[in-house]
Amino acid sequence: MQEVAVILVSSVLINNYVLVQFLGLCPFMGVSKKLESAIGMSAATTFVLTLTAMASHIVNKMLLIPLELEYLRTISFILVIAAVVQFTKMFIEKTSPLLYRVLGVFLPLITTNCAVLGVALQNSSKDLNFMQASFYGFGAGAGFSLVLILFSAMRERLAAADIPQPFEGAAIAMITAGLMSLAFMGFSGLV
Amino acid sequence: MLDMVIQQPILAALIALVSLGLVFGALLGFAAEKFKVDGDPVIDQIDELLPQTQCGQCGFPGCRPYAESIASGDAINKCPPGGQATINAIASLLDVPAPDLDEEHGQESEVKTVAYIREDECIGCTKCIQACPVDAILGAAKLMHTVIVDECTGCDLCVEPCPVDCIDMLPVEQDISQWQWSAPQTPDGLIATDGMNSPNLAGQDNPEPNREDAA
Repeated sequence: MQEVAVILVSSVLINNYVLVQFLGLCPFMGVSKKLESAIGMSAATTFVLTLTAMASHIVNKMLLIPLELEYLRTISFILVIAAVVQFTKMFIEKTSPLLYRVLGVFLPLITTNCAVLGVALQNSSKDLNFMQASFYGFGAGAGFSLVLILFSAMRERLAAADIPQPFEGAAIAMITAGLMSLAFMGFSGLV
Repeated sequence: MLDMVIQQPILAALIALVSLGLVFGALLGFAAEKFKVDGDPVIDQIDELLPQTQCGQCGFPGCRPYAESIASGDAINKCPPGGQATINAIASLLDVPAPDLDEEHGQESEVKTVAYIREDECIGCTKCIQACPVDAILGAAKLMHTVIVDECTGCDLCVEPCPVDCIDMLPVEQDISQWQWSAPQTPDGLIATDGMNSPNLAGQDNPEPNREDAA
C-alpha cells in the first residue's frame, strides 16, 4: 500500500511527465484552451497511459525479454500505443460522441504523445512488476491530468484578463507553463 | 524451439513483430464490431455541406433536420444561404442531378451579411432575440440590444420581428480574419523591365488605375 502511494506521489508530483520531464507538451498547449475539453483529454490520456503501461509491460516481459529482442522495444511499444489509442477512439466514439467531437484531432494524436512512449520505455528500463508498472502508467496519467486541468483553468481566466497586448495568447500561456514548471520543481526530493 | 528461434535473431524479430501485429489487428477488428457506431453517416456528410445558418428558410427548424430530411429523399434545393454551390455539392455527394434553387424559400444573396442594430433606435423589446436561431443577439428587456458579429449567420430572421425597424443587414467587411492571398497576377508587370515598355506603368504620377489592372 505504501509502495503504491510512493509510486503515485513520485509520478504525479515529483517526476511529473509534463512539467518536470517535459514530455507530452503538445496536448498540454493544444487542448488547454477550454476546461471542458481539457478534462476530456485528461481522461482519454489517463486511460491510454494506464492501458499502454500494462500492455507494454506484458509485451516486454513475455515477448521481448525471452526472445532477447530488447532492441525492438521502441517499435513494438509504438505498435502497442497505436492499437490502444485506436481502441480508445472507437470506445469514445461509441460511448460519448460529444467528447469525440470536442477532442477531434487530438484523440488520434495521443499516439504521438511522447509521454505515452516515455512511460512505456522508462518502465521497461526500471525492472518493475506488473502492478508497479500499471500504477506508474496511471500516475503519469493522473499527473498529466492534474497539470492540464490546472493549466486550462488558468488559461480560461487569462482569456478574460487584461493582458498587455504583446503577451496575449500563446505568449502568456508559455510564461504560465514555465512558472508552473518552476513550481513543480519544488516537489523534487519529497520522497 | 525457443532456443532455435533465439539462435536466429532476424527470425525472432520477424515472429515477434508479426505476432504482435496479428494480435492487435484481431483485437481492433473485434473492437470495431463491438463498438460499431449506429446512425447514418450520410446525414453527417450532408449536414457538413449545409451552411449551418440554422435560418429555417427551408421549412425545417435547422440545418440538421433538413439534412435528415434530404437523406430520406427530400428535395435538395431549399437552402438559400448555401445557394447553388451547396446544391451542387450535395448533388455530387448523393449522385443526383443538381436542380436550381427553389425560389419559394428565398433568394441567394451575393455577399455575406451580418445584422446590425442601430442602437439608439432600439427600444429593448427582445423580439429579435427570440427570433435569432443562433443566439447571436445580446440584450435584456428595455435595454439596448446588440449583435455578436462573429456569431451572426446573416439569416435575416431578426429583421422582420423588429417593431421599430432598427436592424440593418450590412455586408461583411474584409478584415484580417478572412483575408487571403490574392490570386497570382498575370505575368505582365512582374519583371522590372516589363515596366519600361508597358503602357500602364508609364504614368508614374497616377498609380491608381495600374493597381486596379493588377487586381
